[in-house]
Amino acid sequence: MSLPARAATLLVAFLAVVGLVVFVVVHILLSEPPTVDFTAGHVAGQPVSMTIMTDPVNDASDHPDWVSYFVKSPQTGKWIHSTIWQLPAHTRINVTAYEFDTCDPLRNQLMGLVTGTIGGVMSVSGEAYGVNGKEISVVNSDTTCGVAHTFTVPGLGLNVPFSGVLYTAKNQCTLGPCGMSFTHTTTTFSFITPGPGEYRWQCFIPCGLATVDGNGHAMSTIGFMTGYLDVVA
Amino acid sequence: MAAASEATTVGGNREPSHGLRVFLIWLPLALAADLVIWFVWGPHLPPGTMSSSAASQQFDIKVMAVMAAPVMLFVLVYSGYAMITWRSRDGDDEDGPPLEGNARVQFSWIAITTAIVLSLFVFGTVELITSAGAGAGEGPSPIWKPGGKPLVVQVIAQQWLFTYRYPQYGGFETPDLVLPVGQDIQFNVTSLDVIHSFWAYQLGVKSDANPQVNNIAYTKTLHAGKVTVRCAELCGLWHGAMFDYGRVVSVAAFQSWAHATEARMAKITKLLPPYSTVYSPNEIKGLARFYYDAGLPGAGGGYYGPQYYPNEP
Repeated sequence: MSLPARAATLLVAFLAVVGLVVFVVVHILLSEPPTVDFTAGHVAGQPVSMTIMTDPVNDASDHPDWVSYFVKSPQTGKWIHSTIWQLPAHTRINVTAYEFDTCDPLRNQLMGLVTGTIGGVMSVSGEAYGVNGKEISVVNSDTTCGVAHTFTVPGLGLNVPFSGVLYTAKNQCTLGPCGMSFTHTTTTFSFITPGPGEYRWQCFIPCGLATVDGNGHAMSTIGFMTGYLDVVA
Repeated sequence: MAAASEATTVGGNREPSHGLRVFLIWLPLALAADLVIWFVWGPHLPPGTMSSSAASQQFDIKVMAVMAAPVMLFVLVYSGYAMITWRSRDGDDEDGPPLEGNARVQFSWIAITTAIVLSLFVFGTVELITSAGAGAGEGPSPIWKPGGKPLVVQVIAQQWLFTYRYPQYGGFETPDLVLPVGQDIQFNVTSLDVIHSFWAYQLGVKSDANPQVNNIAYTKTLHAGKVTVRCAELCGLWHGAMFDYGRVVSVAAFQSWAHATEARMAKITKLLPPYSTVYSPNEIKGLARFYYDAGLPGAGGGYYGPQYYPNEP
């Protein structure tokens, strides 16, 4: 092989390796869902309202059969497939969570305890309880339908178990983000954000079905059942 | 080195006693290094002295360092001495003197290094026994146990959180690790899912957390303070965030905390499975049946299944 041919081959191989590295870094290591900003226009001292939903399926990713969180954009009111939420520090966050998924038993029943919310309670409405706005502080996931998913921020001591939809329920959601006409439960709670920092959160129901211990897939992918709160000053 | 230990005559010139020179250079350096290691550096060596196992580990590291420093210094001193004394000088094209064996030096070298290694072997074994496992997990049937009745704290690892259960206080479970000072502690370490590792740094305790295995580690708290707990086994997405901070407090403060927490957690404690040294899926009511009936046998295809049904509570 001539010298120019060898040089060209070497250059092509080098560029291929560089391209592969760039692809891995950009598309795998640095890829994150968008940050949903709840700080824009926020007036200090005023509470922030955040609306989220948990769906059994989604149409917003390459994995439509994975369970997933969605969050409502405070700017547009549209549902966004993201689990990275930017919140103002030292602020009361009023959360409304719609749960469209059915329920699993908790692997650790401790996660059935509501902690870190204002008053140590959450308010639940939905068919699983047959109540509207009942305040409860503990959920037994061994019951017929106790917990579908949890919203847990270990660094804040915050844990809220969402009651799920009965397996026998009619009109279950089959495409996320789910419309409010589908059967769901509604959980409301409030918590106070700490000082600035990133606080990871996750679901503690092993809901990454068909994976090792149920903690793969959606449970191990930011944008689905885990993410972080980006608390800023 | 063969001819270095005694004065000789080479090329009509009387050679000095190189061995004595090396020894006289090495001795004060070794003494100084050992004194600095023991008295200056030693008290600051990790993991500190918050517990018996931590203090034991610090002592062991000090002993190892005191033993190793003279050996390392001898190698460095001899190398430096040789490079300076026997270096090639301008105009010197002759071969050096022939190397010959020196039985005394060889025997001394082998005897001293053998004695060091064997003494450290005995020392390490004794230290492992007398400190009841030196803070490491000893498996479900520990060989070395402390005397008395230790406080049992169960460490439950799961992706990605440590929780702690206190069977002697009604079996409550909490994300908070609180320990009394001056008390023997028995950590019963297990996992609900994959392999984790419970590493309480300042306590000098590190024990693998394996699913369906009770890995027991002992220590005795000596000082009050803050304890950093980290997972030391790569366990998934949030492995790096799987840490918390425990506290070693006075006995009175611990009793107050334990009783208050027992009462506060009573409503969830009654929903927990009965205290057990391990928690297999069958001990989580309904979980095995739920997954298996859904056609999802879990890890390796057999983590959940009928084999677990008979023991469901």
